[in-house]
Formats: sequence, structure tokens, C-alpha cells
Amino acid sequence: MERPLTQNIRPDGQTVDIAAYEQAGGYLGLRQAIGSLAPAEVTRIVTDSGLRGRGGAGFPTGSKWSFVPMGDDAPRPKYLVANADEMEPGTFKDRLLMEGDPHQLIEGMAIAAYAIQAEVAYVFVRGEYVLPARRLQQAIAEAEGRGYLGNNILGSGYSLALHVHTSAGRYICGEETALLNALEGRRAIPRAKPPFPQASGLWGQPTVVNNVETLCNLPHILARGADWFKSLSRTGVSGTKIYGASGRVMRPGAWELPMGTSLREILEEHAGGMRGGLRLRGVLPGGASTDFLVEEHLDTPMDFEAVAAAGSRLGTGTMIVLDDRTCPVAMLRNLEHFFAQESCGWCTPCRDGLPWVESILDDIEEGRGRPEDLDLLDLHTHLLGPGKTFCAHAPGAMEPLQSALKYFREDFERHIRDHRCPWRAS
Amino acid sequence: MLSPEEIRAIEEEAPRYRDRQALGIEALKIVQRHRGWIPDEALAAVADYLGLPREHLEGVATFYNLLFRKPVGRHIIRLCDSVSCWLTGQETVCRALCGEHGLTMGGTTADGRFTLVTVPCLGACDRGPVMLVDEDLVGPLQPESLGPILGRYE
Ligand SMILES: Cc1cc2nc3c(=O)[nH]c(=O)nc-3n(C[C@H](O)[C@H](O)[C@H](O)COP(=O)(O)O)c2cc1C
Ligand code: SF4
Repeated sequence: MERPLTQNIRPDGQTVDIAAYEQAGGYLGLRQAIGSLAPAEVTRIVTDSGLRGRGGAGFPTGSKWSFVPMGDDAPRPKYLVANADEMEPGTFKDRLLMEGDPHQLIEGMAIAAYAIQAEVAYVFVRGEYVLPARRLQQAIAEAEGRGYLGNNILGSGYSLALHVHTSAGRYICGEETALLNALEGRRAIPRAKPPFPQASGLWGQPTVVNNVETLCNLPHILARGADWFKSLSRTGVSGTKIYGASGRVMRPGAWELPMGTSLREILEEHAGGMRGGLRLRGVLPGGASTDFLVEEHLDTPMDFEAVAAAGSRLGTGTMIVLDDRTCPVAMLRNLEHFFAQESCGWCTPCRDGLPWVESILDDIEEGRGRPEDLDLLDLHTHLLGPGKTFCAHAPGAMEPLQSALKYFREDFERHIRDHRCPWRAS
Repeated sequence: MLSPEEIRAIEEEAPRYRDRQALGIEALKIVQRHRGWIPDEALAAVADYLGLPREHLEGVATFYNLLFRKPVGRHIIRLCDSVSCWLTGQETVCRALCGEHGLTMGGTTADGRFTLVTVPCLGACDRGPVMLVDEDLVGPLQPESLGPILGRYE
């Protein structure tokens, strides 16, 4: 089984320097792109490869780039941003990629930047990722030294400045337009779309924001072709995916597997099943803001379409496992506390609705719940659903809630009926 | 007043950004690196130095959770309180930190040694429960392992 994204990543946690990266075939994709392809041809290959964004929404990458104005009349400078904010609870894949193989991201960014003809690129790294940021800085210096970044890359006439920006915090910075405001030195409030960043992004200039894992696929697609990339997946949905599992499983971790590997295989073979004596109750398949899946969904292939058909989202592909000795209501309280705290406060339904949801869950968990509280929670899943708020934060917060109310309703009702949490010793 | 070192560090960042406004967050981070936190007079000095309205910079400083507008201890402990760590025993770790180790959530110890805060998911969910002590990521934590870990920070 091929594992292009993690092939260089060492089990001892050490990083790969530029010599080792080149030895393993690194920077061939960039040489290929810059040396023999026009920008539009790079975009076409990426479109043909079927690569879809790994940041959560799964937008086709080539198609995203195709909205960037090109040619001599295009506004300049243009920008490329790698979204390395990775604050979605339960998600720990971009850290692995940046720590273990920083040149892969740099090469991917140089390819993307060349395709859209960006002059400047930023890696937007969350502030707590000290080691990834340090390793990226080091790797950027190495890449500049070998002519892969900077002026006149590989003698082609194309130039790119690549900077690391470390964030000052807050989950909402991961939302791509909030991220742009953060980079501009403002409060990280999402922007209205349209205009989309490709037309008017950073400082009003054409900008593409892509996730770290998305970008890391590019060197391989360019070096080995769109057909090879498609053939990596099990279900035709292109490429590999870094899947992860956390919670009370035997071996929490992250693994690069063919896109479309089943939930069961990931949980049973790679995560080693549940810890002793525990049973699986539910899974958030792609981070905190995805709907629960349950036992009947275990044979779902983990790709965009199949997970959507099962009623959830692939999201970040890093799953959070709920076991049968953990209270689902308490878990939801933890999740909604996070979402309420991280609301940027811009629009009222989210700013006021999420704390309300949290306090209702608090009441239910503490034995103060009333039967009508369930109706209130149901109502919120509609009031804060897609299209009702300025950005996808609030709808994301409703995904675990609406599915918990569906699959674990009996647990909520029992808390209310018995005026206590059955999982806690009384 | 900004120190010459602070000014030098700010100007080193300047070429990476298009304008002085974008430099504001960088400058606040630099001040915090030098002073531990961002006192009012330092915020005002940054605003004046960059030619930004003070209210704008104040609004920015209070938005981001990694910027401190209050004094903090010599070491910052950021305990992850998100779902994967919660599932794997974060609450018992939190109780031990606040109980036998005498820390308070959101507060600083009387000797100025530690400030304890929570932080959303640290992206180390396979090692939960985890915390970040200054720049060091530690986990999986158990209540018993906290003593020796804290002992490394004076
Ligand atoms: C509240 C919120 C938080 C987000 N956080 C992240 C994040 O940390 N990393 C990320 O890559 N995308 C995040 N996204 C998605 C981005 O807005 C954007 O879709 C993504 O970076 C695009 O990259 P892709 O096309 O390569 O997937 C977030 C979205 C929302 C609504
Ligand atoms: S939905 Fe929430 S996070 Fe998004 S803009 Fe509105 S208040 Fe901010």
C-alpha cells in the first residue's frame, strides 16, 4: 500500500531535512511544474486528479484555484495561504505532516502558488504549534538556500516569498475569511461571501486558502500524475487520507490509508478496537463539528460521498470515539462548551444561541433538566442550522447535537426523568 | 516605551507584512515575549509606534486568547479541555492540578510560579490528556505523573 504523504515521516519524531527529502524524490514535483508546465496545466492536472480539500468542506482543489484571475491584467500581488490552524477538536493530522516532513508542505505550497501565480505565501500556524512552526522556519531557510523559494525559482523567472505566521489564538481563525482578517491584524471575524477570497482576499487581492494536508498531496500528484493519484483510493474518490482515532480506543493515532477505507477497518485494525471492557457507542467521524455515526454505519467507506450518505461528514477524517461508559450528555456539554466559547460573537444566533445550548446541557447533566428542554435543543438545531448564521461555525456546532438527540435521545430523557446523570456515582 | 530590542524585533517582522496594521498582532506577541504579558502602557506604546488607534489595538488584543492582558506567572500551563482529552481523563488531571498541586484555573500561584488556563484541543489527541507547559507538550497525563512534571519548572 502506498503512503505518499507519510512515507518520509520517521517513527522517532525527528524531522526530515532537505537532503533526505530530495533523496526520497522531493522537489521533483515542483521541478516538473515550474520547469515544464504552464500554470494552467498545473491546475488542470490537479483538477483531473480529483483532489478535494482536506480542511473539512471537501471543495475540489483545482476548481477552487480556477476562480483566481490570471494573465497580465490580473491584480497583483496574489496570495496563497496554507491553513495550519488545526483547532478542530479531535484533529491532529496537520501537526504530524508539518513536524515530520515540512518540506512536503513547502513544495506543495510552491506548486499551488505557481499555479495561481502568487507572489507571496503564508503558512498560518496556530500559536500552540511551536515545534511545527520552528521546523517550518528551518525548512524554508533550507529551501531558499537551494533555490526552491525566493527569487527566480530554479532559474524559471518565477519568484515566491514564503512566510510563517503564528496565530494569536481562537478557533475561528481556521475559517478562511476570519483567517485573512487575522493576517491583516484585525479581529478574526469571518467576512461575507461573495466576494470569495480568490477574487478579493488578503488585503483585497486574489487569494487561495488551502489546508495543509491538501497542499501536501500536490508534490506527489505533479510527480506521478493524476491517474496514479486516483488509483490510490478504494472508492474512486482519489488519493489517500490521513485518518485518526482518539478517545478510549486501544491505540489512538493517525494513519495514512487509501481514501474510502471503512470506519470498521480504521477502528478495529488500526486503532485496535476499544479499550478493555468498553463498547463502541458512537463516532464523530471528522472532528467535533460532524454528526455522530453509530454501530450500523461501521462499514461505511470513509470518503466524502459515503459519509454524507450515512448522514455525517468526512470533515477532517480524524474521528472521536464515544464508549458505553461515558455519558453522551456530558460529552455534548463538553463539545458545546467549546463551540460557545469559540463563537466570534459577530452574529446573534450563534453568540447567544450557543451559550444557551450549553446551559441547557449543563442543566440536564446536573439533574435540573425539564422535558421541554429537549424541544428547546431540537429548536436550536434548526435556528443555528445551515444558512441561519454568518459562517459555518454554528451549523458545525449543531451537527453533533442533532445526531446525539437522534441516537442517544433515551440517555437525555433518562437524565431528565431521574434528575441525575446515570453515569455518575450518586 | 518600547525597548530597543522590542523595536528591532518588530522591524524584523515588518517586511513580511503589507502594512503597519498587520504588524500590530506581531508587535503585541513580541511585547509579550519580552514582558510576559501586555500592560496598558506597552499596548499604547505599540499603537503609537505603529501609528494605529489604541482602541483598535485594544480590540485586537482582547480578541485573541494567546495574548495576555493581565500579569501571568513564570510558567504558563495550558491544559486541553476539548473532547478527546476529556474522554481520556482530563477532569481527574484538572482536579489534581487544582487540588494537591495548589493551582487555580485561570489564576496564578502566590509564588508567581505557574499560571493555569484551559486551551481548546492542542492537536495531540492520540496522547490525551495533554497540556502545554510553556513550549513543552506533555501527555498522556495521569494525576500521579504531575508532580515530577511540574518539578521541572522553577
Ligand atoms: C469554524 C471553522 C473553523 C475551521 N478551521 C479550519 C482549520 O483549522 N483548518 C483548515 O484547514 N480549515 C478549517 N476550516 C475550513 C476553512 O474555512 C477552509 O474551508 C479550508 O481551509 C479550505 O481548505 P481546503 O479547500 O484545502 O480544504 C474551518 C472552517 C470553519 C467554519
Ligand atoms: S456563526 Fe458564530 S463564529 Fe460564525 S460569524 Fe456568526 S458569531 Fe461568528
